[in-house]
Amino acid sequence: MADDMMVLDPEAQQEKQPKVGETKTASVLFGIPQLGLTHVDRQVPVDEPPPLPENSALKYVGHPTVRYDGVQKVSGRGKYTADVHLPGMLYAYMLGADVPHGRILSVDTSAAERYPGVKAVYVIEHDYGGIAELRDPKAETPSRYPVVRYAGQPIAAVAATSQAVAEDAAKLIQVKYDPMPFVVERGDARQADAPLVFPGPADAAGSAGGGGGPKDVPQTGNVHGPEKKTKGDPEAGFKEADVIVEGEYFTQVQTHSALETHGVVADWKPDELTIYASTQGTASVRDEFAEVFKLPKSKVRVITEFMGGGFGAKFGAGNEGVVAANLSRKAGAPVRLMLDRRQEHIVSNRPDSHQKLRIGAKRDGTLTAIELISYGTAGVGTGAGTAGPATNLYKCANIRTEENDVFVNAGPGAAFRAPGHPQGCFAFEQTIDDLAVKLNMDPLDLREKIDESPARKVERQIIREKTNWRDRKAAGADTGPVKRGMGIAQSVWYRFVDMDSSCEVRVAKDGSVEVLSAVQDIGGGTKTILAQVVAEEFGIPPHNVQVRVGDTRYPIGPNSGGSVTAGSITPAIRNTAWQAKQKFLQAVAAPLGTTADNLELRDGNVAWKDGSRSVSLRSAAAKMPTSEISARTTRVPDYEKAKLTYGGVDYVELAVDTETGRVHLEKVFGVHDCGRPINPTGVISQVHGGILQGISYALFEQRVMDRQKGYMLNANLESYKIVGAREVPEIEVELIENYIGQSSTDAAGIGESAGIITLAAAIGNAFYNATGVRMRSIPMTPSNVLAALGKTSGEMTV
Amino acid sequence: MSEQNRDPAVPEKIVTDETEQSKEKPFGHFTRRTFIAQLGAAGIAATATPSLAAAATQEAAAPSAREETIAVTLSINGKKQTLNVEPRVTLLDCLRERLNLTGTKKGCDHGQCGACTVHINGRRVNSCLTFAAMHEGDEITTIEGIGQPGNLHPMQAAFVEHDGYQCGYCTSGQIMSAVAVLKEPWGPEDKDVREAMSGNICRCGAYPNIVAAVHQVRGNSQKSS
Repeated sequence: MADDMMVLDPEAQQEKQPKVGETKTASVLFGIPQLGLTHVDRQVPVDEPPPLPENSALKYVGHPTVRYDGVQKVSGRGKYTADVHLPGMLYAYMLGADVPHGRILSVDTSAAERYPGVKAVYVIEHDYGGIAELRDPKAETPSRYPVVRYAGQPIAAVAATSQAVAEDAAKLIQVKYDPMPFVVERGDARQADAPLVFPGPADAAGSAGGGGGPKDVPQTGNVHGPEKKTKGDPEAGFKEADVIVEGEYFTQVQTHSALETHGVVADWKPDELTIYASTQGTASVRDEFAEVFKLPKSKVRVITEFMGGGFGAKFGAGNEGVVAANLSRKAGAPVRLMLDRRQEHIVSNRPDSHQKLRIGAKRDGTLTAIELISYGTAGVGTGAGTAGPATNLYKCANIRTEENDVFVNAGPGAAFRAPGHPQGCFAFEQTIDDLAVKLNMDPLDLREKIDESPARKVERQIIREKTNWRDRKAAGADTGPVKRGMGIAQSVWYRFVDMDSSCEVRVAKDGSVEVLSAVQDIGGGTKTILAQVVAEEFGIPPHNVQVRVGDTRYPIGPNSGGSVTAGSITPAIRNTAWQAKQKFLQAVAAPLGTTADNLELRDGNVAWKDGSRSVSLRSAAAKMPTSEISARTTRVPDYEKAKLTYGGVDYVELAVDTETGRVHLEKVFGVHDCGRPINPTGVISQVHGGILQGISYALFEQRVMDRQKGYMLNANLESYKIVGAREVPEIEVELIENYIGQSSTDAAGIGESAGIITLAAAIGNAFYNATGVRMRSIPMTPSNVLAALGKTSGEMTV
Repeated sequence: MSEQNRDPAVPEKIVTDETEQSKEKPFGHFTRRTFIAQLGAAGIAATATPSLAAAATQEAAAPSAREETIAVTLSINGKKQTLNVEPRVTLLDCLRERLNLTGTKKGCDHGQCGACTVHINGRRVNSCLTFAAMHEGDEITTIEGIGQPGNLHPMQAAFVEHDGYQCGYCTSGQIMSAVAVLKEPWGPEDKDVREAMSGNICRCGAYPNIVAAVHQVRGNSQKSS
C-alpha cells in the first residue's frame, strides 16, 4: 500500500473529497476504555447520524457475530470465480516464457490453432502484470512483443473446450527467442558488471492495493534509487547520542499463495463485458478493463461474490484478465482463465530486503537519530522499500532513510499485507531490542519511553499482565541444548480512507431490508459487518439483513487494500441505513397515527419512544405508500484532518533446539487495535491469520531461484513451505477499543497490523533471548539457525 | 448470480440410473500399472510431460485419439451417474466441470494443499490425484453430500460456530478431512488433531479455529458413542 499511500497527505486526501455543506457540532466518543473514555466536539455534516456509544452499549455492532456467509462456505455453496460455469464457456491457459530474459523473435500459433477443440489463440502485445516500464521507451529496439524479463512471463494463450485441451494446445505454440544474459539474485544484480534487467531507468506503477516504488529516483545499473528522505539533522542526532546500535538484516522473497489462484471468467458481449474476478477490488477491475478496452465503465460489469484470498496481489485486470477478455471476444464465448499454482507463485510476491540500520539514543532511551539503508528486489517491478516502521513507530527528531529497488529477472513484487513493514519491522524492532540490551533496559520499558501511541501503551500493559514476561530470563540463560526465550515486537499501520465508498439500503413493503454495494468480501468478513451496521439501525438481527456485495452494478465500493475496507465502507453503510430509517419512519408515521420523531426501530418492531406501543416492522412496512423506500450515500470525509495510525504488540515464547536448529513456537499473545471493532470474531480471526502468516514468513517460506537457469525452483505448495496446522502454537488475541472520533462508525481494518508485521521481529527477539544470538536473516530454517549459532561452517542463505 | 447457478455445459451423456451402464467395465478396477497399460499410446501422450507433448506436435495436427472417452458410472453422494470421460480427467475436474459439484476446490492440482479432499469409500483422498475413470463402483462423497444448508453435518456447524475459515476456499477440504478424522485412530490431544489436519493448507491462517471445531465435534462424538 505502500509508498503511494504512505506519503498520503490527509489534506490532499480531503481535497479530493466533496465539499461538505452545512455542518453541526456533535459530541463524539473518544479514547480507549482502559485509559478512560471522553467525548470531543466535532463539526459533522448536518445529516450525519447521531454518534454511537461504546460497543458495550450497542446491540449488534461490536458483538461477536457469526459470519454472514458461513453456511454457504461450509456447505460448498459459495461460488468463487473458479466455480463460475457459464453456458458455452471455454477454458484458457497462458503459455509462459521459458527463458528468463530475451527478445521474442517470433510466435507461431498455427499448430495450436489447428488443435482440435481450440477456439481462440491470443498473443500478448502489452504486459499488464506489473513489469516496470522504461522511462524512455527508445532505450530499447521496438518490438511487437514485450521483452521477456522473467521466466514464466505470459506470452500467449489458448481458449479451448476443456482445460486439458487448452494446456496441450498452449504447449504447441512455438516461440523463438533471442536470449539475453540474466540475473536473479539481488546481490548479484548490484554488481557493476551484472546483466541489466532494463537497458535504462524504469518505473512500475502501484496497484489499487499499493505496491510500486518511487518514480523520480536515479537508476544505476539495476539499482533503482535511492529514494532519500530526511527529517531533522541525523548527523547531529548521532553526535548527540550516548549509545549507537547498528544492525544488518536480510529477509527473503515471500509469495502470496492465496488458495484460489488469480483468475477471471470473461464474458464479452456486444453490449457489455462481464468479468467474474477473483479480486480485492471490483472497482479497480472495472476501471482497468474500461481503460484497456476503451469501453465506457457503464458497460463493464465486475462480479466477485466469493473470493479465495488475495493478500494484496489481486487488483486490476492483470495479464490473465486482459488475455481472457481478448480470447472471449475472439471466440464469441465466455472464457475462464485461472492461473495454475506454478504461475501463481510467479505472478507476484513480497520483495526481499537487505537492510542496514543505525540508531542513536540517550542513556534514558530517548532516540536521537535513526538511519536506514535498504536494498530489496521486487523482481521486474519496484516497491521494495522498508522504511515504514523506522519512520513511523517511535518518536525521533532525526531520521534518514535511503530505499533502493534492485531489479532482477524474476516475477514482479506486489502489495502484500502491510507492504514493506514485515521486512522493516524485522530489522527495526530487533535493533530497538539491541538498544535495550545496550542500555540495560527491559524492552517493554524502553518502548514506554519512545512510543507515543496511547493504544500501544495499553497493549503493552496487557502483555505485562497476561503473559510470562515478568519471568523473562537473561539472554542465553538456559544451559541445556533446548533454549527457551520470549520476545515482543510492535507494529504500526496507517488510517487510509477510500472515499469511493457508496451503498444503497432498501426497505421493502414486507419489512425486509437489503444493503447493496460493489465492495467485495475477500475473507475479512465485510458482508458480516455490513449486516451488523444495518441491523443496529433497524433493530433486526444481522442475519435478517440481505447483504449484496461484489457487483459493480451496485453503488461503487472501496478496493480492499491497506486495511481500508471497514473504515471506508461502514460509515457509508451506517449513514445510508440511518437515512433509509428516517425515510421509512416518516412514511409510516402518519398511517400509524403519530409523527416520525416519536418512533424508533427496536427488536424487530416500530416502537413508540415513550414505550406506549409497538408494532412489528413487517406490519408497519405494509403501510408504506410505495413498495420500496431506499437511500443511497457516499462516504463523507473524516471529521478531522489527522494522521492516525493503528498497531499492535505481539509477544512470543519459543524454544530453540540448538542441536537440530529447529525453532518451536510455543505461545503467541497479541494485543491489537483497529478503532471500533465491529465484529470481534472476524477481527480476531484476521489477527490469527496475520500471526500465522508472520510465523510462516519467519520460519518457512522462501522463494528459491535457480541462478543457472533463472527459474523459480519451488513454485508449488510442497517445496514452498507454508505453515500448517501442525506448526501452530497456542495463540491468544485481545482487542482494544480505540474510539477516534472520525466517522459515524469509527471502524478500521486490521488486515495489515494483524501480526504479519511483528512476528518475524518478535520471533527474532525471542530467539535472542533464548540463545544470546541475533538472527539476522529469515527464514529461520534449521540450516540458517545452525549457521547463526556457529554450529556449521555454512553461510546463511540470504 | 443466477448465471452462476445454471448447469454447466452438460456432458454429452449423464444417466442417473444403471440402465445405460456399460456392460463392460474396462476401467472398473485397476492398478496404476494396468491403468497405464490400458491407456495405450494415446493415453501416454495425453498425460505426457511438456517436452513429450511438444514432440507430439505432428501427431496433434491430425485430430488424435485424445478425445476418446470411456463410460464410467460414479456413485457420488449416493447417486449413480454414468458419464463419458477422457481417461485423463481427474476426479476433481470431473466433479467440478462435468457434474457442477464445485464445492470441491482446486488449490494446487498436485496433492499439496488438500482443498480438493473428498471421501472415497469413507477414506479421505485428494481428488486431484486420482482419475475419475478409476472409481467405477466406489462410493464418493463430496462436501455437498456431507450436509446442506438447513441440515448441516455437525462438523460444518462447528466450523460456522468457531469461525473456522476466512476466505473459505480451503474450507470444503478442511471439513472433508475433519469428518474423516472422526473415524481415524488419532489420539485425543490438540497435537493429534493438528497432525491429522496437517494435509490441508489454510493460507488465511484459520487453523486455531479449525482445530477448535474439530475438537468440539470429536468430543461430542466420543461422548455419544
